[in-house]
Amino acid sequence: MDTNAIYVLWLRDMKRFIRARSRIVGMLMMPVLFLLGLGLGLGGLVHLTTGGSYFAFIVPGIIGMTLLFTSIFTGSAVLWDRQFGFLKEILVTPNSRVSIVIGRIFGGATTAVLQSILVVIIAMLLGFQISWTAYTALALVFMALITSTFIGLGLTLGSMINDFQGFQLVTSFFTMPLFFLSDSIFPSSALPAFVQYITYINPLTYGVDGLRNALIGTGTFPIWIDLLAMVISTVIMVAIAVYAFERTEVG
Amino acid sequence: MEIIRVEKLGKQFGNLNAVNHISFAVSEGEIFGLLGPNGAGKTTTIKMLTTLLPPTSGDATVAGYDIKTAQNEVRKNIGIIFQDPSLDDELTGKENLEFHAILYKIPEEKRNKKIKEVLKLVELEDKADVLVKNYSGGMKRRLEIGRGLVHEPKILFLDEPTIGLDPQTRRHIWEYIKKLNEIHKTTVILTTHYIEEADYLCGRVAFVDHGNIVALDTPKTLKNKLGGDVISIKLNAESHDGFVKNMKNLKWVRTVSQHDDFVNLTVEEGEKRIPELIVLAEKHNVAILSVSLHKPSLEDVFIQYTGKTIREEAGNAKDNMRTRQRWARR
Repeated sequence: MDTNAIYVLWLRDMKRFIRARSRIVGMLMMPVLFLLGLGLGLGGLVHLTTGGSYFAFIVPGIIGMTLLFTSIFTGSAVLWDRQFGFLKEILVTPNSRVSIVIGRIFGGATTAVLQSILVVIIAMLLGFQISWTAYTALALVFMALITSTFIGLGLTLGSMINDFQGFQLVTSFFTMPLFFLSDSIFPSSALPAFVQYITYINPLTYGVDGLRNALIGTGTFPIWIDLLAMVISTVIMVAIAVYAFERTEVG
Repeated sequence: MEIIRVEKLGKQFGNLNAVNHISFAVSEGEIFGLLGPNGAGKTTTIKMLTTLLPPTSGDATVAGYDIKTAQNEVRKNIGIIFQDPSLDDELTGKENLEFHAILYKIPEEKRNKKIKEVLKLVELEDKADVLVKNYSGGMKRRLEIGRGLVHEPKILFLDEPTIGLDPQTRRHIWEYIKKLNEIHKTTVILTTHYIEEADYLCGRVAFVDHGNIVALDTPKTLKNKLGGDVISIKLNAESHDGFVKNMKNLKWVRTVSQHDDFVNLTVEEGEKRIPELIVLAEKHNVAILSVSLHKPSLEDVFIQYTGKTIREEAGNAKDNMRTRQRWARR
């Protein structure tokens, strides 16, 4: 493992994140609109069969959504690096591909978790209440695992696809089902049985459920199942990303 | 001692033979040039030797390590300055150098010293803390060159190092490459389509054309092979076969090469032969549109071997390269 490469790629993401303030605002735009439109606006009309307030239910879902979208976007940065040539510069240095993938994930995960914390704070300003328990801190762990899983997915796609238009098509092909066929904005028990099964193989379902367990103290599954599922999905997705990245070529 | 050995190395992109089983060896401390038009396969060769592209056939060792099985060892011993941009635009010039140094595990103290030195060399000291996206094209190029030197590689690959630079900076870079080679004994492999660059810098030059090495020797020997001055004449498009045939039979003409309406002759004391040629042309009723005489350069040698000038294909070659890249990504 080349810690120097991991550090440098993490540092690079930090510097770019801090310098691109407009991007931070842009990234927060969608979750804030969802909090307002779905959480408060539509939420007033929704009566959850599972009990509790819809706003409290959807905040973890919106955090999950934020993590999903930013992570796939971050992971795909490999595509930009290829386009602008920086990828060559990294690939020709004597550092293992695994370290490069891990460095990117650390960098992307840090920014994504920071953004999620901002979303939580905004939600709290809008009236979201965290029910503090011994598990609350696990919310950060779930955020980190959700983002690592999907940065892994983004990296995989970015390593395999070489043109931007194709990439956008393929990402929406992945992100939309991942988002809607999870527990994010409605309980999956509302779905027909066969669609419910799909949600059970979607990592985001467990990630969001874990966030609910940690933040509002209720969830569909026990928190340890959520945790286990997320650890497994992270390991698998990172492994796939390393495999795909090792095979990427720089034209 | 051989520091690079290339044996029947080949790369195919789909149906296209970008590099066609080439073989050559480079000795330690040499400045070795790959000279040829764009799209000839120079960059592809460099990419294979620097482990960025896996070859489809053949073998090569760099610094004693196999490029297919010991990639990381190869990478530790080399530096490369790419032909097209490879900087991070959203970082400053200095940060780009720092990141590079950290990626090569250079300790902090040495890193700072080296970065200062390099920034001075490429005359970017006052722009060190400016974001690279605000650099001009020439400044970016200079930064890239500086970056390739930060970790003092044993073997330095330069892919069209001075493309797009003003003559003054180009001279500067040439001097530095020479100095680097003399003082640090750095082996340098460079690709170029600038004749004067190859002539000035390289101990030996390989001519690359359509993925093949068509000639390989010292610039001096290559030029001597032409054996004399070159007279280029442009003829009227009408039939001039008889005239050309007759020229070939002249005693003082060594070689004749023709492409379209252009004829190149190698002769000795060319200035005295021009009048004779004009008389001969009149005899054959052929109109000579222009005549020029030059002492041999590497360009002439290249034409001799390939029947075309190095820059002739420049426009097309760019398209070829793009097509190749697209193929490569499939």
